[in-house]
Amino acid sequence: MRLVILEDYDLASEWAAKYIRNRIITFRPTAQRYFTLGLPTGSTPYACYKKLIEYHKSGDLSFKYVKTFNMDEYVGLPRAHPESYHSYMWNNFFKHVDIDPANAHILDGNAQDLEAECAVFEKDIADAGGIDLFVGGIGPDGHIAFNEPGSSLVSRTRVKTLAKDTIVANARFFGHDLSKVPTMALTVGVGTVMDSREVMIVITGAHKAFALYKAIEDGVNHMWTVSAFQQHPRTIFVCDEDATLELRVKTVKYFKGETETLCLVFTSYQ
Amino acid sequence: MPSNGSVSDAPITQFINCRILKEHTLQREDLWVRDGRILDPEKLFFDEQGYADRQLDCGGAILAPGFIDVQLNGGYGVDFSTPSEDPGAGVAFVAKKILEHGVTSFCPTLVTSPPSVYHKVLPEVKVQSGGVHGAGVLGVHLEGPFISLEKKGAHPEQFLRTFGGSGGVNPLLEVYGGLDNVSMVTLAPELAGSQSVVEELSQRGVTVSLGHSVANLSQAEEAVQQGASFITHLFNAMLPFHHRDPGIVGLLTSNRIPAGRSVFYGMIADGIHTNPAALRIAHRAHPAGLVLVTDAIMAMGLPPGRHTLGQQVIEIQGLHAYVAGCSVPEALEAASLHPAQLLGISHQKGSLEYGCDADLVLMDDQMVLEATYISGVEVWRK
Repeated sequence: MRLVILEDYDLASEWAAKYIRNRIITFRPTAQRYFTLGLPTGSTPYACYKKLIEYHKSGDLSFKYVKTFNMDEYVGLPRAHPESYHSYMWNNFFKHVDIDPANAHILDGNAQDLEAECAVFEKDIADAGGIDLFVGGIGPDGHIAFNEPGSSLVSRTRVKTLAKDTIVANARFFGHDLSKVPTMALTVGVGTVMDSREVMIVITGAHKAFALYKAIEDGVNHMWTVSAFQQHPRTIFVCDEDATLELRVKTVKYFKGETETLCLVFTSYQ
Repeated sequence: MPSNGSVSDAPITQFINCRILKEHTLQREDLWVRDGRILDPEKLFFDEQGYADRQLDCGGAILAPGFIDVQLNGGYGVDFSTPSEDPGAGVAFVAKKILEHGVTSFCPTLVTSPPSVYHKVLPEVKVQSGGVHGAGVLGVHLEGPFISLEKKGAHPEQFLRTFGGSGGVNPLLEVYGGLDNVSMVTLAPELAGSQSVVEELSQRGVTVSLGHSVANLSQAEEAVQQGASFITHLFNAMLPFHHRDPGIVGLLTSNRIPAGRSVFYGMIADGIHTNPAALRIAHRAHPAGLVLVTDAIMAMGLPPGRHTLGQQVIEIQGLHAYVAGCSVPEALEAASLHPAQLLGISHQKGSLEYGCDADLVLMDDQMVLEATYISGVEVWRK
């Protein structure tokens, strides 16, 4: 893996956004060959999306030939609800860029047949030629997307019941009323993300530090599903200093040295 | 980029780089219009997988709902209450000119007149949608003749009327010749027999306004309970506020307004009809009820010296916030949302909510008008 450590949340978000931008630009997507991007929601990627919008508005980055696949969506929440992931993606990203609406894929948590919806999503990813870069975050309990502790590390897109930790963490978006938080979600599986050609996990904040430790310094374990990416050939973890608080000094020193080299490489084709 | 044709083939316009009046504030958001109505872009994106056919750059301007003037007696040499060969043409002429002031819908107002005038004029002034030809006519506002002698103001004394003993709207039908195309009636509730009139007018969907009256608070409250919902030019042509009987003015803070209903009040915000300090007292007491009106007369728009009514020339410079001390969004709402709510049409006009008619005004930070749109079509530009 690569572990890129930046000083704070804003710098980490900017680095991640630049990485995505550079990947798309060097890929040179066309109508015959789209760039496929997996996307997260939540507070962590918020600043990253802002940066991507900035690069688009300045003319450096177009999403015309980019297909996106979001990781998850709540079950049973009306699509127009301000806390649905459709609303999040529209307000924080899609409405500011030039992506073709037909290429923006988000699971429909109100589908008549949820299992069929998940199967179609997997098929859509396959039809698009697989995912070039899947961007994700990590939950405080080490989950990727809604693959809660105990999820199979070879799982596919499916319906999941949310863990208590997750519901509590999400309550702040529902007026701190636990009864209003959805209890189920549709999510890509760990296996689905593992199939991508490249994975980038963005982790910021001291409250995620323990999960990061478990994900990269401990063993591969279905209780901390992000740990599965230890077995992916191309994974980057992008963090701020606070997120590294539970790591060994040795780990941090090693990767900080590497980061300097990486940044030099990137500035050369910015 | 054409929109997906699954729901509609009509072209979609996206107003970009603007600040829109939404949820009582100015927000940096785009506004989407299709088929003359404001469109929900999120639904367009996810349901139809559609996008805009063209984008209009507003240059950072404020985009607000078009203004609605519920009290306009004429202008530019036209007096709606003076019968001419073609009253309809007079209304149309004024309707076209007021687009320059951002007014997209209005109620042509007739002051106290003899029945012959009403019988001649009313059938010619029809409710109609606005467009490039002019602002929309929402219906006629009949100010009088059932008003108080003491508070007649500039209304001609010899044509004032009372309701008589029969009750109901028959005396009105006699005088006016009918209530078609009438959206509002101003009357004095202290006149005997007014209760049944107010009740029946309200039931017919006509807005009842209290004005040119010496009613006390009690009489005014009763009228509100029967259905009255507006006060014509607050402070003018009514008893002054008195601390032991606030009169009609007391409706602003009355606790005898039926639940779920609101009393609106018209203000001529030219700094002349009402002292700005009095305006501020009213606004602070009941900000949600303020409705800005021009009460413009035929001299509006003419150079000084040409008017014949002997009243001051009231130059209207858009509906400027003479209501000093209220914010820009509040002033804008007083000229658009509140009159729409008063007339019961706020689901369609006076707001930038999805589904509303795209009647818009574009203005800079000094509230100087740059362009006017009706149903999404540009009808005037500076």
